[in-house]
Amino acid sequence: MEELDGEPAVTVIPGVNSKKKQMCFDWGPGEMLVCETSFSKKEKSEMVPSCPFIYIIRKDVDVYSQILRKLFNESHGIFLGLQRIDEELTGKSRKSQLVRVSKNYRSVIRACMEEMHQVAIAAKDPASGRQFSSQVSILSAMELIWNLCEILFIEVAPAGHLLLHLLDWVRLHVCEVDSLSADVLGSENPSNHGSFWNLVTILVLQGRLDEARQMLSKEADASPASAGICRIMGDLMRTMPILSPGNTQTLTELELKWQHWHEECERYLQDSTFATNPHLESLLKIMLGDEAALLEQKELLSNWYHFLVTRLLYSNPTVKPIDLHYYAQSSLDLFLGGESSPEPLDNILLAAFEFDIHQVIKECSIALSNWWFVAHLTDLLDHCKLLQSHNLYFGSNMREFLLLEYASGLFAHPSLWQLGVDYFDYCPKLGRVSLELHIERIPLNTEQKALKVLRICEQRQMTEQVRSICKILAMKAVRNNRLGSALSWSIRAKDAAFATLVSDRFLRDYCERGCFSDLDLIDNLGPAMMLSDRLTFLGKYREFHHMYGEKRFADAASLLLSLMTSRIAPRSFWMTLLTDALPLLEQKQVIFSAEQTYELMQCLEDLTSRRPVRGESDIQQLQDEDIETTKVEMLRLALARNLARAIIREGSLEGS
Amino acid sequence: MEEIYAKFVSQKIRKTRWRPLPPERLQTAETFATGSWDNEENYVSPWSIGDFGNLDSDGGFEGDHQLLCDIRHHGDVMDLPSFDRERIVTASSTGCVTVFLHHPNNQTLSVNQQWTTAHYHAGPGSPSYSSAPCVGVVCNNPEIVTVGEHDHKEADHKEATRTIDNADSNTFHAVTFLQTPEILTVNSTGQLKTLDFRQQGNELSHILSLTSDRVPLHCVDRHPNQQHVVATGGQDGILSIWDVRQGTMPVSLLKAREAEMWEVHFHPSNPDHLFTCSEDGSLWHWDASTDVPEKLSLFHQGGRSSTFLSQSISNQANVHQSVISSWLSTDPAKHRIETTSLLPSRSLSVNSLDVLDPCLVCGTDAEAIYVTRYLFS
Repeated sequence: MEELDGEPAVTVIPGVNSKKKQMCFDWGPGEMLVCETSFSKKEKSEMVPSCPFIYIIRKDVDVYSQILRKLFNESHGIFLGLQRIDEELTGKSRKSQLVRVSKNYRSVIRACMEEMHQVAIAAKDPASGRQFSSQVSILSAMELIWNLCEILFIEVAPAGHLLLHLLDWVRLHVCEVDSLSADVLGSENPSNHGSFWNLVTILVLQGRLDEARQMLSKEADASPASAGICRIMGDLMRTMPILSPGNTQTLTELELKWQHWHEECERYLQDSTFATNPHLESLLKIMLGDEAALLEQKELLSNWYHFLVTRLLYSNPTVKPIDLHYYAQSSLDLFLGGESSPEPLDNILLAAFEFDIHQVIKECSIALSNWWFVAHLTDLLDHCKLLQSHNLYFGSNMREFLLLEYASGLFAHPSLWQLGVDYFDYCPKLGRVSLELHIERIPLNTEQKALKVLRICEQRQMTEQVRSICKILAMKAVRNNRLGSALSWSIRAKDAAFATLVSDRFLRDYCERGCFSDLDLIDNLGPAMMLSDRLTFLGKYREFHHMYGEKRFADAASLLLSLMTSRIAPRSFWMTLLTDALPLLEQKQVIFSAEQTYELMQCLEDLTSRRPVRGESDIQQLQDEDIETTKVEMLRLALARNLARAIIREGSLEGS
Repeated sequence: MEEIYAKFVSQKIRKTRWRPLPPERLQTAETFATGSWDNEENYVSPWSIGDFGNLDSDGGFEGDHQLLCDIRHHGDVMDLPSFDRERIVTASSTGCVTVFLHHPNNQTLSVNQQWTTAHYHAGPGSPSYSSAPCVGVVCNNPEIVTVGEHDHKEADHKEATRTIDNADSNTFHAVTFLQTPEILTVNSTGQLKTLDFRQQGNELSHILSLTSDRVPLHCVDRHPNQQHVVATGGQDGILSIWDVRQGTMPVSLLKAREAEMWEVHFHPSNPDHLFTCSEDGSLWHWDASTDVPEKLSLFHQGGRSSTFLSQSISNQANVHQSVISSWLSTDPAKHRIETTSLLPSRSLSVNSLDVLDPCLVCGTDAEAIYVTRYLFS
């Protein structure tokens, strides 16, 4: 066993007194049952009113959120698309595909987040509003982490480009600036707006220098006194060398140019050009990458990773991926300044900057309340071939383990189980057994649902499950007295034993009522008749009825006889068959030949001789036996007469 | 096919149906209803695809369909036809049949009429009845015919009038009107049955059956103009065209996919077009209108190939008919059927679809509703 990563959370079950009573529990696939036992903790048993309920404890509560359902459903499609990406694809095209998949996942998270945000605003009572807001912040953290992982692990941007991606990342997630900008620009006199300089500073912190220049030109227009220095600052912003995606300049060229620009900025600081305007002076310090000046803007930076990216932008724009972790750690330390300890999110991001994928996934698994995020992220990273087959001590690799957890959560939900099936399909080791375990536990409340479950099983050749589902349905039909349906289901399952059972029910009903039900099915059995002997008999016996009805007596007679001589007919039914032969024996023309009559007699003797001799019997039995004896007598008489007629007829035919 | 709008709705959709157009037909389709299944709470909800001119609050863009209101429905929604422009009838897996009234003014739904135990299992084995699902409803104002798994019920809009018990030993899957007193049902042993309400007793007038392989049929639809032409879809994904006047075998079998075909619909005003949806998540458009040019490249155009499994039986009898439906024409040299897939490949089932003029709506197990407003663009 590995050691625990932190204390497990305690869940208090309302109404259960765990101090006084001992609890018992049982694991289910996705949930746990908990109840009180009658054992008390102390030796002397005091009478404590016990809790009469059994509780179902679900671990994956997020699955039950209405809005997150959209996330699960939409991402399911993306997941399938990812699994079908051709393994043959290599290099650039594969990478661009994977990045696209990652962006799709993120856009789904964003859509969900926006909807959740709307709901949080519209929520009537503050408690649920808070709940939705906390969901929004969880989703936003998920997107933040995902985006960083996308940049570092999937995009694998080289030095130079890396920073551009990180800037985009910060701009996307620190987005208060847009509303602030609209607010300032919307006012009559932007440069006099209380937040004007805050806005300019944020723009510079985020590296949006063009926008910052435009703002400065407004300031220059408004106060001619500072127009000159504003222009100088604007020029500095304009000339800052950056790597543009279309540019072909090499990294060394860029570094050289940047060095020149940096020295120019340095000169302006030493000349105290901006001394008259403290705002501009602090902007210049920021652009020089001065850590103290940056830390003064803590409020505007709002978090340490913003600080990290800004610091890199103005001190080391061509940072290599390998050096990131050093800057990240020191930025975190500087930003927090020993005042507060890092939150789980900080640790996750830090682990990402350290390129420690396993740590990222582990921390996320602990911090987040659902498996969706880690399962999908791990799967995607696995497709990037980033996870070495890191075998866990419980049998499968990490990707598979997380997918299994996620899919089990889906199966615990009353309607999301269909999504889970596809996830299990893509778990090569334990997916199939898990699916087998889960699929049997799906309640089959309607036939349509049963058909869908059946199809899932049949597609995967899960014969055992197919049989059990069909059997459940057949049993249900039997209970509702729908023998026809029951028979259909057992035919579908190719369940011979059950088909025999249902056929027996049919025959019993026939003996009681003298007619068959569900003729449309029995008459159209076709090759399915061969499933079990009893079913064959049932079908053939109906055929006999048909022939008899159509007055094809000779055919009917030989069929009837063959049913007995071939031993297809159950012995218990022979009497009925022989009784059916009676009207044929009594027909005017001779139907049974002499040989056939001998065989019939043989059957009758077989039946009567094997009858057990009962010792004591009550009146009812005596009456029954009486009827039986009369029947046998009648049959014997009819057989004898028929035999006589047959012998005469055959004799005279041969003679003529 | 362009401009298919998708919306995820957090419930598995079982049925989607357009609201009928007013007789003057000045409007195009603008509202449809959906019914969900297999959720802890199921809902019947009308949606609007109308343009509201402005963007709504949750950022939905123009053309997106908007939820008008919803009402809880006890049990899975098995069928959802419109009774008239204001009323929707639902069939529930609990055996309950409900008429909902939609008030367009304040956008609410209310229960107009309800038969809670329209269908139930009865018999010696089940002393107190247990409810049996109602699998289908067809409306022909003022009549409503409901089909349970094993029985039929006819009702006008006030009370149940007639029951035909034990009409089938197997499970019924779908129902449609053939002509007013006649209905057509398909069942789980691959039989197509017509039932005439003029006849007394429980006799079925006609049984048509596929071959002996007893493949269950799941859906049935009648040609809007030629009432003897009927299309059915089965468990094996085969689309069969039948001529109910003659023969006991389908006129043609068209192979689509392997999975269950859940619904088939002729286009109401353009019946050379047919739409099907199936368990494997495909939505197909079958077009029999194209006349084959001189040089023909059979069945291998339009994206997918479909194979004629059998053509035969009864075209001699059809010769004197003035208009031969393009669906009954079994000569592959004269006609071909072009199929196009309307949805990108998805894996979860498309359970229901409905077409009304240029608009199509479908609902899936992936909890999405797709709408397109330009079918023949």
